[in-house]
Amino acid sequence: MNPRRRFLAGLAAPALSSLALPALARIWQPAELPEGAEAVLDRLDGKVPLIKRAYRPPNFETPIDYFREPITRNDAFFVRYHLASIPRVDAKTWRLKVGGEAARQKLEFDLAQLRKEFQSVDLVAVCQCSGNRRGMFSPHVQGVEWGVGAMGNARWTGIRLRDLLQKAGVADNAVEVAFDGADGPAIEATPDFIKSIPVERALDENTLIAFEMNGKPLPHWNGFPARLVVAGWTGTYWMKHLTSIDVRSQPQGGFWMNPAYRIPAHAFPAVEPFKTQANPQTQPITDMVVNSLVTSIQDGQRVKKGQMVDVAGVAWDGGRGIRDVEVSTDDGRSWTLALLGKDLGRYSFRTFSHRFRVGEEAPVVRVRAYNTRGDTQVEKLIFNPAGYHHNVVQRIRLEVV
Amino acid sequence: MNAIRMLAVTLAIAFAGAAHAGEEKVKLKDGPGLDKVRQNCIACHSLDYIPLNSPFLDEKGWEAVVTKMVKAFGAPIKPEDQKPIADYLARYYGKR
Repeated sequence: MNPRRRFLAGLAAPALSSLALPALARIWQPAELPEGAEAVLDRLDGKVPLIKRAYRPPNFETPIDYFREPITRNDAFFVRYHLASIPRVDAKTWRLKVGGEAARQKLEFDLAQLRKEFQSVDLVAVCQCSGNRRGMFSPHVQGVEWGVGAMGNARWTGIRLRDLLQKAGVADNAVEVAFDGADGPAIEATPDFIKSIPVERALDENTLIAFEMNGKPLPHWNGFPARLVVAGWTGTYWMKHLTSIDVRSQPQGGFWMNPAYRIPAHAFPAVEPFKTQANPQTQPITDMVVNSLVTSIQDGQRVKKGQMVDVAGVAWDGGRGIRDVEVSTDDGRSWTLALLGKDLGRYSFRTFSHRFRVGEEAPVVRVRAYNTRGDTQVEKLIFNPAGYHHNVVQRIRLEVV
Repeated sequence: MNAIRMLAVTLAIAFAGAAHAGEEKVKLKDGPGLDKVRQNCIACHSLDYIPLNSPFLDEKGWEAVVTKMVKAFGAPIKPEDQKPIADYLARYYGKR
């Protein structure tokens, strides 16, 4: 694979020239994309220009520059939808239904009731699309060809799903809790986007129903007025525009649980199981694998001999928390511990930095993160047909001039 | 396609089309079958989904995509239109 970076070609275009763009709006592109597939910066209402992968259903990626801060701005947070019918939800008429055959009673709440009746909690957590970096798979796989920005880290404020479920009552035979949102398919025959999680995960104190993101109401494109936060698990479970919660005695059998969003059984030994959905061949994707992203330098960048260079970025995992980040500037021959930034919690991005002086040899920078269990990133891609869990150690070659 | 289905699709386009202006900028290559692609695909998604995956799909790959749209996503594509659509996609957006 020979990924290349293209610099924003449309900067001079009248439509974009007046917008506040980051100084270097770098768009990572998979190699060999033909005319028409090239990502462009375009804007959804309420968002800064993002990397447009597809207009409808909208799939827009956050440019790398926004990951220089540990918290991702609401107006730069990535957008990912599967289905094209996306209503503007009116918070006044919005209702959340809780029920299902393994719920002891059916309940319905409006937004004010949820806020009043349950304890408010907040949590910093990474929301990352299962397919983040799919565009970097070799060989390529089908799907939205994401670069590195189908992710974001925010402080989510809301209530614990557990508190709500306990109010409704969870029967002993409950195995999963499934979620639906207000968005749906453009035609009736398309399977609605419904996702399910194990009941244990639903009752985990870090699974929230969030109303706010970084102290503001959720943006429309990120699930207004309420979305699920399944801290540690990939974004597919973080149901946007949440409207119903179904406590189930049987596994949810919809398209979006199977065959969609599956990883090969045993391919990723560190991830959490999902017993009620697993079969001998596959299991649903669950928690995120350890990963890191360098935001301060890019492949091919020119540096001078003797110059000080910062290797900085963010690291994250599925909730065990980042313990160490190691940096190599000699293509992996030797490694040094990077300095870690402030700890915002085990589900958050953790910033790191390492400063070094450029010597005679052209530096080749590699970065690998470790979580508190000792899991780290892979040297070689673990190929899987849906293009998930890309956490290959980055390799950034600097040119000495 | 019956009248109700046609109405449903038309409404779907009108409704979803409001979701994001900009997709009119997506231009596909002109050629036989493009009309059927437009008629059948835009009810559910913008046409940039086609070039997005074009470098990776050969003739068989595109046939499988059309089949998936019909079988998994319920796209109301008439059987006789499925081959012309797959042929167009493979010819103009197929892996070389």
